[in-house]
Amino acid sequence: MSASAMREPSEIASNGAPDRDGFVRTEVTAEEWNGLAYACAEGQYDLTALWIDGDRARMALLSRNHGRAIASLRCDGGHYPSVGRIHPPAIRLERAMRDLYGTIPIGLPDERPWLDHGVWPARRGLEPTAAMEDKQKYRFLPVEGEGLHQIPVGPVHAGIIEPGHFRFTANGETVVRLEERLGYAHKGIEALCAGRSVEEAARIVGRISGDSTIAYAFAFARAVEAACGIEVPARAQILRGILAELERISHHINDFGAICNDVSAAAIHASCTLLRERLLQAAERCFGHRMMMDRILPGGVAADLGEDGIGRLRQVLSDCERSFEMVVRIYDESPSIQDRTVTTGILRAELARQFAAGGHVGRASGRDFDSRRDTPYSPYDALEFEVPVRPQGDVDARARIRVEEVRQSMAIIRQLLGRLEPGPVRATSSTPAAGEGAALAEAFRGDVFITVRLDEAGRVAHCHARDASWFQWPLLEVAIEGNIVADFPLCNKSFNCSYSGHDI
Amino acid sequence: MYKLLFQALLEGTAVTDPPADSPDMLAEAARALAERARRRLGRSLAIREVDAGSCNGCELEIHALNNPVYDVERFGLKFVASPRHADVLLVTGPVTWNMKEALERTYAATSEPKWVAAAGDCAMNCGVFAGSPACVGPVSAVIPVDVHIPGCPPPPLELLRGLLTLVDGTTGEPIRKTSR
Repeated sequence: MSASAMREPSEIASNGAPDRDGFVRTEVTAEEWNGLAYACAEGQYDLTALWIDGDRARMALLSRNHGRAIASLRCDGGHYPSVGRIHPPAIRLERAMRDLYGTIPIGLPDERPWLDHGVWPARRGLEPTAAMEDKQKYRFLPVEGEGLHQIPVGPVHAGIIEPGHFRFTANGETVVRLEERLGYAHKGIEALCAGRSVEEAARIVGRISGDSTIAYAFAFARAVEAACGIEVPARAQILRGILAELERISHHINDFGAICNDVSAAAIHASCTLLRERLLQAAERCFGHRMMMDRILPGGVAADLGEDGIGRLRQVLSDCERSFEMVVRIYDESPSIQDRTVTTGILRAELARQFAAGGHVGRASGRDFDSRRDTPYSPYDALEFEVPVRPQGDVDARARIRVEEVRQSMAIIRQLLGRLEPGPVRATSSTPAAGEGAALAEAFRGDVFITVRLDEAGRVAHCHARDASWFQWPLLEVAIEGNIVADFPLCNKSFNCSYSGHDI
Repeated sequence: MYKLLFQALLEGTAVTDPPADSPDMLAEAARALAERARRRLGRSLAIREVDAGSCNGCELEIHALNNPVYDVERFGLKFVASPRHADVLLVTGPVTWNMKEALERTYAATSEPKWVAAAGDCAMNCGVFAGSPACVGPVSAVIPVDVHIPGCPPPPLELLRGLLTLVDGTTGEPIRKTSR
């Protein structure tokens, strides 16, 4: 870019033609970078991701009318102006990137390590951090007052859950502050993907968060296809939609049951786990894997659906629909359940907007965003569906958003099944080439962002994935405030953030 | 609610189509496991699940063991909340450096006699995460493992079969008592 006058934030994202993936890519100066951070804080943009790629700090932004941009800033001297000091949702992203790459965000308000727990044997040539020298002394935020006590929970939890630490400060039964400490499931995804073939990286990316394997594979495939200009056959695009919606339905039903289980409605939980099992078995019969892992690949899909498969899917959907509606009716008719869920764990709309919280967390707090509709991609761009939004922001609203989304997804699958035309399911020539691509895909818990850069040999030079959980975990800390400790599992379940997806 | 319970009574046991390849495998595996667990441990096997860094795919399938189709609790296989109550640690994931100490401490907190089942390809050989600088290695690199259950993720039936192997002893000998 020229050394001319500084551009306004609104110019940065709208100037220039978007690349194949719909993102406008632009190099910015430090002043412009700061301007963008202020624009995020003022609500002009949603901060979608922030990552380090080589000598660049990069930000993905989404404007109010859903324009997409990626701004890059050269980090001279290994540092850049912190976005988090202006726009707090960036704080954990910047802490994580500093831990992984040593790039310093100047002015970052929270200097504690995040993914680095001080036990990594090799920090890939980086200087030892404060975390390493001080591994037992992670400083939790101070809470002062009379009659307070702390409850440390995790990283090994009482249930069958992923690892993470929660530090509750309570006054009697009431939570005064919750502070999360995450990073236990950090598996070095970015380091692992570097230098791999696209196919190898797809298997890794499909396991960043196993429950969203389809969504990750979908986003990764689209990012790679945008990077090297691969055209995906029509049939494969429709099959991708079917896979993604099956995944969404199975998890939403499961979550709805788990929320009910946490208010002791065990019968609803049992019914929901049974429905999920039916869906997984149908997935195995139709696509050869219960969770449909590795079924979406760059260039197409790895499984086709025969006539019997179509019939089986229609059957399982109508069976599930009937049973699920009955279960939902019970929820509606049980004051004892709603007594626990209504007004519990309220997330204010303003925070959902500020953090650009995706999925049921955002939509139950009035944030009307769904990447399937607002950053349209195939096959959703040709479909009719509604995005449910509720204003209440409580556990009940998050449960009901799921119910409404299950209904929408069932209708989507039916539309897609009716549009399947015979044809190939994999692009014939899908030779990867140098390039860069990014994509958002709607996982059941919210939008997943993936950006990938390929080198001349078509291998992955850099890949960054941002789970929806990054912008939901911090909000859980706020939603639980003032609730009783015993309602934490319920609130947590209603969010259902991913640990592994967050810990990358 | 009454309607749901009433319907459940009318419908009888929740069953599923048997796996395509072997019709009676589920019932057979379940019965065999129940018998052996009783012989070795009296009436139950208490399992503590530890996620040492998995992608959460294995957790979903372990959860499925408790759904009405598999319902392993009817055989005395019970997931417990504390390692203090456990006979078996069911560990998933490549062990991340950040989870190493927690896994070691959970193992130390489990009372003797104790066994370890490593569930999933990652727990066995790190799976797709092999070579990651953030992972220590498979579960056996951190604590002694008695049985590995392969799969990515292992489906519920394979998990059941793995637990069966564990109760049976991998060599047919009475299962060793791990000491460490």
